[in-house]
Amino acid sequence: MSTSDSPQQWGALQWAGTVLLWLWVLVPFGYGLYQLLIKIPALFGT
Amino acid sequence: MAVGFLQRERIVAPPGWSRWLIPPAALSIHLAIGQAYAWSVFKPPLEAGLEISGVLSALPFTLGIIMLGLSAAVFGTKVDANGPRWAMLTASACFVTGFLISAVGLYLGQYWLVIVGYGFVGGIGLGIGYISPVSTLIKWFPDRPGLSTGIAIMGFGGGALIASPLTQQLLSTFGATGDNPSVPGIGNTFLVMGLIYAVFMSVGWLLIRVPPEGWAPAGWNASAEKERPLVSSAHVSASNSIKTPQFWLLWVVLCFNVTAGIGILERAAPIYRDFFPDATTPQALAAAAAGFVAILSLANAIGRILWSSTSDFLGRKNMYRIYLGVGALLYLLLALAQNGNKVVFLIACMVILSFYGAGFATVPAYLRDLFGTYQVGAIHGRLLTAWSTAGVLGPLIVNAIADAQIAAGVQGPGRYTMSFYIMIGLLVVGFVCNELIRPVDPKFHEPDRSGAAQAGAAA
Repeated sequence: MSTSDSPQQWGALQWAGTVLLWLWVLVPFGYGLYQLLIKIPALFGT
Repeated sequence: MAVGFLQRERIVAPPGWSRWLIPPAALSIHLAIGQAYAWSVFKPPLEAGLEISGVLSALPFTLGIIMLGLSAAVFGTKVDANGPRWAMLTASACFVTGFLISAVGLYLGQYWLVIVGYGFVGGIGLGIGYISPVSTLIKWFPDRPGLSTGIAIMGFGGGALIASPLTQQLLSTFGATGDNPSVPGIGNTFLVMGLIYAVFMSVGWLLIRVPPEGWAPAGWNASAEKERPLVSSAHVSASNSIKTPQFWLLWVVLCFNVTAGIGILERAAPIYRDFFPDATTPQALAAAAAGFVAILSLANAIGRILWSSTSDFLGRKNMYRIYLGVGALLYLLLALAQNGNKVVFLIACMVILSFYGAGFATVPAYLRDLFGTYQVGAIHGRLLTAWSTAGVLGPLIVNAIADAQIAAGVQGPGRYTMSFYIMIGLLVVGFVCNELIRPVDPKFHEPDRSGAAQAGAAA
């Protein structure tokens, strides 16, 4: 038995759900990452 | 109704369910509980607003980390038995309740409620939440266990990246910054953060699913996987695992690898200032030190997913050879080169910190290889006591030696040379322990392999 873990088998609903879920976690993570990255140039005196 | 909702049978994935929905569910838990590493943002307003010492303001965090290790060890078996939805919901409830109790404590001016709420109740949420998705991810990704657990455990590191600016923003909004911060304003910050995390974490327990019995990813060859060195096809229970030398060897490996990383992480800003004090202004030096802390945090997070994913190809034992062996050589480089070359210093520190994060992220897959999937979550929970030990050991070594060197009048990088040599010694001991790890003696295997495998697949 298998589930459709291969993207070729996904329907539009699965694609939308998966993208939405990844955005749910990646958007806050990206915000935190941006806040971190803007501190790094000071390390090199810029 | 409530019991049925939490039952494992309710979360068996239906046909068509994508396994790529599982990592975001896991991340929604780990990105939230990783907030613990951003506790330091609360310290200045708590100290100024309640007029408490630095030791007291650190107490909720310290208790939280102790409870993380203890609850992961104590509740690990229950997490495996009850399934990931129960674990994630329990973790969410404890973690969010911790924030709400803390908010009430601050409204009433009762700091002990913050210690009990955030430290004790929230700390239980940290421990259960940390191990809640691990065994499920391993079962959904038997072909890439290092990648899947690396994603989740990178989330724990990433949680602080989100929480730190969010907390600063909320404290500022509620007038809880500066020399005279509003104590109810700090309470409001706890309240709002608790509510945000309640919503954010709900995606985890709503969407988590376990694979159907006998499920395997398309095209995956289980027998080829089991032919790799140290990868066992048998299953060992959590209670039996702690009777094996492999568990305790891995305990030392994790403990010393974490200790070595904390050695730099704990005093990152002072280390940078002592190595490279020649900035144009004190402000520029403080900003550069903050940049150094940021770059180490980045290396820590990237290492978790990069090296853990690599372990799926190179093998777990080889990866720990790299973490411990190359880590020791890099510490030797730091001790010998000192501040001769800034680029070399930065690269060495970043690689060391990437190995620190990778040590956390690779260990669940190493446990899977050695002990099977039957109770890997519970075994992982017991192993996390190594983390709690390292959390005390690492800062103790570096701070004690640095303080002694400062008292003796030593200037610059020389303050840390002795600490670096101690870290080399610990890493070498860890390297030897890793070399001694062999497949688990069959006498510890579960007698009914198929039954154990089914129980594991259902957990």
